[in-house]
Amino acid sequence: MERVPVLKIGDILLVSIQIDMEDQVALQLQEDLADKIVVTGCHGVIIDISALDIVDSFVGRTLATIASVSKVLDADTVVVGMRPAVAITLVELGLSLPGIRTALNVELGMKLLAQEREQYELDLEDEDEEPAVSTR
Amino acid sequence: MALSSEQGSRLADLFKGHEDAIIASWTEEIARTTRGRLSRAELQRQTSELQKGFQTALRGGAPNLHDDLAAELRAQLAELSSTRARQGFTANETAVGVFALKDAMLELVQKGDEADAGALRDYIAFSAFVDQAALFTFDTYVRIREELIADQAEQLLELSTPVVKLWEGVVAVPLVGTLDSARAQVVMERLLQTLVDTGSPYAIIDITGVPAVDTQVAQHILKTVVAARLMGADCIISGIRPQIAQTIVALGIEFGDIATKATLADALRHVLRLTGTKRQER
Repeated sequence: MERVPVLKIGDILLVSIQIDMEDQVALQLQEDLADKIVVTGCHGVIIDISALDIVDSFVGRTLATIASVSKVLDADTVVVGMRPAVAITLVELGLSLPGIRTALNVELGMKLLAQEREQYELDLEDEDEEPAVSTR
Repeated sequence: MALSSEQGSRLADLFKGHEDAIIASWTEEIARTTRGRLSRAELQRQTSELQKGFQTALRGGAPNLHDDLAAELRAQLAELSSTRARQGFTANETAVGVFALKDAMLELVQKGDEADAGALRDYIAFSAFVDQAALFTFDTYVRIREELIADQAEQLLELSTPVVKLWEGVVAVPLVGTLDSARAQVVMERLLQTLVDTGSPYAIIDITGVPAVDTQVAQHILKTVVAARLMGADCIISGIRPQIAQTIVALGIEFGDIATKATLADALRHVLRLTGTKRQER
């Protein structure tokens, strides 16, 4: 069976889907990715779908599930490179892919993840300071 | 009533014998309907050529206009109605120009001594032939006009949907004119493609040039915004005029969490603040 490779780049896992997303492939990817997040301890996942001609409701749901699973494992997911034709079709079908964050290309996706991480760490610092203020 | 070959050759002889009279009287008739929009010399040239065409078709023994023998005449008539259509004559004037040949011919039949039952039958058959010719010009005229309209619509579609780059990472679509489904589709495709090509995460849709916004137009704009979001780009709608704002509220159109601005300048400022000072805000 064909498998989608998962590449580690710095603190990010990059998944570039180059083959048709059949049900079995999608489920396998979901498992592989979860394993890889735990093993590598990465905090960001980028899924590149620029080679996909068709995104149906099943692929959409799989992507949403991957995003949720990653979130549980403390990794943010960004779907990048959706083609215009795919976006138009999804809109016409009334599918809005809830729970999925998107960016135009891998570069912007990495930028988005970096911002998220920075924001998260700032929030942590704020929480650390708060008890000190309240005791005063 | 089809023309027999004897009738054809008799009529062709009649044409041949009175060429100048027919051309003169026919030109006179057409000149009356065109009211000086075409010069007399020009008309004279057209009628004399057509006259020759009719003569050849009749001489060849074409039973009706759709026969292969009348192919040359058909080409001439098509040429005539094509130029008339482009010069702005009405379909009526174009067809009457051909019908006028009947009057010219009738004069001739009446004038001649041989105004007997045979000549009358010839004339009626000929009249049916001319009717076909006039209807043919009518058809051609309508077809040419439709082609013109289709061409113009296509040109309009091409011209009126530019996507411009406003700033690094910001593109704008200045919409001008009424937004129907076909144009909305083109605008959407162009915008999304430009977003991919330039990697711009922000797009501004400026509707200053849209004369009216109804639920359908709003629907098209919303679809575009949602599609852009799916791809990971954010859209801002700008250029909403006071009346349009009132219409939008009156129609109960909801733009949800899509940013709307009064002017393009406001929209650009909004985007620049989002991109430029994100860090400082946090």
